[in-house]
Amino acid sequence: MTTPLKVVVLAKQVPDTRNVGKNAMKEDGTVNRAALPAIFNPEDLNALEQALRLKDRYPGTTVHLLTMGPGRAADIIREGLFRGADGGVLLTDRKFAGADTLATSYALAQALRKLQPHIVIAGRQAIDGDTAQVGPQVAEKLGWPQVTYAEDIVSYDGKEMVVKRRLERGVETVAATLPLVVTVHASAPGCRPRHAKQLLKYKYAKTLSEIQETGADYDAELKNADYLRISEWGVADVGGEEAQFGLSGSPTKVKKIENIVFQAKESKKLAASDEDIDGLIKELMANHTIG
Amino acid sequence: MNNVFVYCELEGGKVADVSLELLTKGRGLAAQLGCKVEALVIGSKLSGIEKELMSYGAQVVHVADDERLDPFRTLPHAAITAGLIKEVQPQIALFGASSIGRDLAPRVSSALKSGLTADCTSLEIGDHSDTKGNSYTNLLYQIRPAFGGNIIATIINPDHRPQMATVREGVMKKEPLPAPVQGEVKKVEVKKYLHDTDFAVRIMERHIEDRKVDIKGASVIVAGGYGVGSKENFKLLFDLAAVLGAEVGASRAAVDAGFADNARQVGQTGVTVRPKLYIACGISGQIQHTAGMDQSAIVISINTDANAPINQIADYAIVGDMNEVIPKMIKSYRGNSR
Repeated sequence: MTTPLKVVVLAKQVPDTRNVGKNAMKEDGTVNRAALPAIFNPEDLNALEQALRLKDRYPGTTVHLLTMGPGRAADIIREGLFRGADGGVLLTDRKFAGADTLATSYALAQALRKLQPHIVIAGRQAIDGDTAQVGPQVAEKLGWPQVTYAEDIVSYDGKEMVVKRRLERGVETVAATLPLVVTVHASAPGCRPRHAKQLLKYKYAKTLSEIQETGADYDAELKNADYLRISEWGVADVGGEEAQFGLSGSPTKVKKIENIVFQAKESKKLAASDEDIDGLIKELMANHTIG
Repeated sequence: MNNVFVYCELEGGKVADVSLELLTKGRGLAAQLGCKVEALVIGSKLSGIEKELMSYGAQVVHVADDERLDPFRTLPHAAITAGLIKEVQPQIALFGASSIGRDLAPRVSSALKSGLTADCTSLEIGDHSDTKGNSYTNLLYQIRPAFGGNIIATIINPDHRPQMATVREGVMKKEPLPAPVQGEVKKVEVKKYLHDTDFAVRIMERHIEDRKVDIKGASVIVAGGYGVGSKENFKLLFDLAAVLGAEVGASRAAVDAGFADNARQVGQTGVTVRPKLYIACGISGQIQHTAGMDQSAIVISINTDANAPINQIADYAIVGDMNEVIPKMIKSYRGNSR
């Protein structure tokens, strides 16, 4: 018997940047971001599955989601609830805006200090930035060890958690003491689908802001149904140094953004000559298709 | 001092290629900035390791040698790297965007409260002035694709040092100096930086295992058809894919002929892909195949038959033998890499 675990899954709502086909292109050849749906970051779903498996295995274990974003990111918490999570917190505040990975990690770490989980599980990286930085940075802020690129949380004996990691050129199995931050790789099992029972139970789970938007009375609306309240936390709720949040807490600044322009379709015939091939490679490198 | 600092990672006791590439790039940046290149190598039984680093331009080599430091583990390596950076105060710190670097660098950046830019495809030195009227000279422009590769962002780190970046293997050129620099070796006092809690993670087992095929998630695909001719010839496709950071795909005819694994099959009965770039080698372009790839942003076909149907949907149709064309592509890519 092991003691039940308190698990928090870090999840992010992202624009679906994968496989941007021609349909999501504007006339000028750049990506039409508005045409991209907002989705649950794929590797965060792999992370959620690992968390739910812990819950399956160790009775009494709870799984909560933590996400940061605008009000609509409450969808991420609801999706997690539908798939088997027990609750969630939405970090939302104008003061969080403009955060780079470091300021994001600071905000998440502050919230985690309040939630006090035994283990934090996150996707390796989010598809809108692909940085893979937030997991390790959260771990450092908390002063916890990290295990990145997890493919499977193999076991937990009450003392050590055994995790199989996917590396570039192989696999590694490590044992780590808790508390611990684990980031999960895309090669881990996909997430289970929504569960009908959970869907019925949490269909009306809402944040305070969402209820206020409808003009309803929060307490009356969720009377006797506390589980339907999705917590919303701002800077004041998580505490910390204000200068470390959002734009002011972000050392990196974006100097320039260049849109990638895809040319209109017109087949170009090339010979197998050195000149033609070199020209083609240079062109593909110049427009950042490769390299 | 404010030098350019490179964390050099080890692979089977040898300095990884990506680190030698970073030293080569670091040399160029240091020359522009008028500073030195410093390397840090952390591991066990490292005597003589400085020779290779100096032949790539490391003027100062910090060596942290302790049996507990091999193989790589995040916490002890992060403690030493962050501790040393605090002391030597480089203006730039570079890491490979490898399994190791992408695990280590963010942790170090958080400890130093400095910014980090992942997976840079280009690093340049340049100036900046902001809207508040501050101007900066000799900043590191950290250039990287973002938003699924649909935009290219130039990131700067105006007020914090070091300016930290990771770069993927193969992006920068690897070039030894004609003669090694006469550098200085500095032994790192390992114990000064480490605590018992840095060993909270223990490695139980590690082995080489082939990666699972993931053509769906690949942004560049090099695919082969029946025209490739044999399983042996498919090796060329893997070579090109390795250079481009691409995945290898195949048509049904190639899979049925045993040239490639089932998991690589693109098309109606395989996987549907929409990469940024699809290079079709020896693929005729049957509708069953093109249905699975015609949403690719750019299609290049390499085919000896100028009238192959694939050429109708290709943005670039190279008429020729892939056995000649692919080596030329690899050579050209390597020659043009920064």
